[in-house]
Amino acid sequence: MVVFEKPYALTDVPMHYCPGCTHGIVHRLVAEVIDELGIEGRTVGIAPVGCSVMAYNYFNCDMIEAAHGRAPAVATGVKRAEPENIVFTYQGDGDLASIGTAETVHAAARNENITIIFINNAIYGMTGGQMAPTSLPGQITQTSPYGRDVTQCGFPVKVCEMLSELDGPEYLERVAVNNVKNVKNAKKAIKKAFQNQLDGKGFSLVEVLSSCPTNWGLTPQNALKWIDEKMIPYYPLGVYKDRSAAKEDTK
Amino acid sequence: MSDKVLMKGNEALAEAAIIASCRHYFGYPITPQTEVAAYMAKRMPKIGGTFLQAESEIAAINMVYGVSSTGHRVMTSSSSPGISLKGEGLSYMAGADLPALVVNVQRGGPGLGGIQPSQSDYFQATKGGAHGDFHMIVMAPASVQEMADLTVKGFELADKYRMTAMILADGTMGQMMEPVSLEYDIKPMPEKPWATTGTKMQRGHNIINSLSLVPEELERLNFERYKKYEQIEENETLYEEYMMDDAEICIAAFGIAARVSKNAVNEARRQGIKAGLIRPITLWPFPSAPFKKASERVKSFISVELSMGQMIEDVRLATECRVPVTLCNRVGGMIPSPEMVLEAIKEAAKNGGAR
Amino acid sequence: MAKLTFKTDNCKGCGLCVDACPKHVLQLAEDKINKKGHHPVEAVKEDECIACAFCATMCPDCIIKIER
Repeated sequence: MVVFEKPYALTDVPMHYCPGCTHGIVHRLVAEVIDELGIEGRTVGIAPVGCSVMAYNYFNCDMIEAAHGRAPAVATGVKRAEPENIVFTYQGDGDLASIGTAETVHAAARNENITIIFINNAIYGMTGGQMAPTSLPGQITQTSPYGRDVTQCGFPVKVCEMLSELDGPEYLERVAVNNVKNVKNAKKAIKKAFQNQLDGKGFSLVEVLSSCPTNWGLTPQNALKWIDEKMIPYYPLGVYKDRSAAKEDTK
Repeated sequence: MSDKVLMKGNEALAEAAIIASCRHYFGYPITPQTEVAAYMAKRMPKIGGTFLQAESEIAAINMVYGVSSTGHRVMTSSSSPGISLKGEGLSYMAGADLPALVVNVQRGGPGLGGIQPSQSDYFQATKGGAHGDFHMIVMAPASVQEMADLTVKGFELADKYRMTAMILADGTMGQMMEPVSLEYDIKPMPEKPWATTGTKMQRGHNIINSLSLVPEELERLNFERYKKYEQIEENETLYEEYMMDDAEICIAAFGIAARVSKNAVNEARRQGIKAGLIRPITLWPFPSAPFKKASERVKSFISVELSMGQMIEDVRLATECRVPVTLCNRVGGMIPSPEMVLEAIKEAAKNGGAR
Repeated sequence: MAKLTFKTDNCKGCGLCVDACPKHVLQLAEDKINKKGHHPVEAVKEDECIACAFCATMCPDCIIKIER
């Protein structure tokens, strides 16, 4: 009996990510959810610009590569044209929370019936480790060599908290993939975010605290520790919005 | 003859798009094209289509990118500053070989400029419009009827060649009212096996993409795209010639400038000057052939523009500078009068072609 | 008795699976180098594997198959 194997929704193309980068874990979780829901044949994924730009090579469903930050707008077009299809975007922090902030906020405000997987690793990975909108105060990066100075470059953008103030979105949850327990929780959240779309409930975003060992200058193991010790205290895990559950509670 | 209705240019264009089976429109308010959005906002919900006012021009063009990826006909419209914002999306659509119709009802620039008619986005439209090597099919209507006709044609050409077609109108064409006939024989849309409509587990996955990190591969894609452009130059160039049989002075003008110029040509003829007009209908591909041919015979050309001399460069290239090409222009929302164009014709006739 | 199969050529030697295993079944093969130039993972005490799949859960490159 097979206990574990690569999900069908992932292709056989070896992923280009650095050793220990948790993008691969999140790709697998998305693919497992697609398998379990039996939706590969009607799923369209939107890849961002950033480290996961080539995600279109890794998923077996139809894929679109969007301009930097524009994935929610592209997803809006795809979903409006073919409402029966399941549409997800996979975006990093620079893509979603910096150059694409407007597209993110307004897709959420419209309660666009799409699923967004948001990788927050507090850095621009693809370009070699520059300060991201989500880099922590004091975090050293290539473009904040003395540590992120909040008096000069402002504070990190807390996406789940920010979007939770809108009436639009259906579901917002922050998870992490730094240990087995958290990975299992992340999968549950991702599955819910897809199920919501199947149920026509609307905009669902899962923020995944993820590691970047290369640009953080840490071993893969210490990078996971850094998520636990530095990121989670600043970006608390949990459900930030679940409109349907809230409705159930008030019944 | 079919029934004609009196319509505004912007509305005729929008209705023609619907007739051409476009069911998805994304836009952002900007004068002087807002009637297109307003018309779509009224009509689309009634015919099961999408009208969505996007958060920005950038979002609107990327929504177009999304719909186009699924193979459905889709459009957006804007005016000059908004088209600059759409530049990113236009380049990505060129790189991903996606069809769409984009309308630019031009206003005066640069910057925020004004809201009166202009043709000063000629360079932007015909020379690419954003980063990278690419072209759009650019068509310039000179009547409300053409606003509609070229819209239908634009969708067909966009699908045929998998690229963006642009209607480059000006505020005058958008705002004026004329009788139009909207009866079209719409050809069936070509098959789009490349579209991302879901694999249905029946084929390998389709990928819509403009990224190509291997230089040899990116070079090949560019060369292939330009082969396609050559075909378009060969097959899809449109223009109108007016009184060119024996013309000695030839005016080059499109859109509202061509209408004004026609009046000037008529008056010049009454006064015994052999003037004529070549009106490019496609600005890209530019109708070089008739200009080249005319340059073997006419004494001089006058480019009449609502810009600081943009199309004049293409006229000079097409005529290989055999005879003088002069500029007659107003800008900033001003339109040359027939009298002004007539004066330019007289001046050219007096000089007998000398510079 | 569990059976572990590794797509060794795709292993990047990050060791996240090694750390995740509660039974210390896995290690990076210091004496081997795969096509990518990494020391790939190998099972050193396969008979002690309880098929919990913690290793595969943490593997970013999806190289582990587990059968029982």
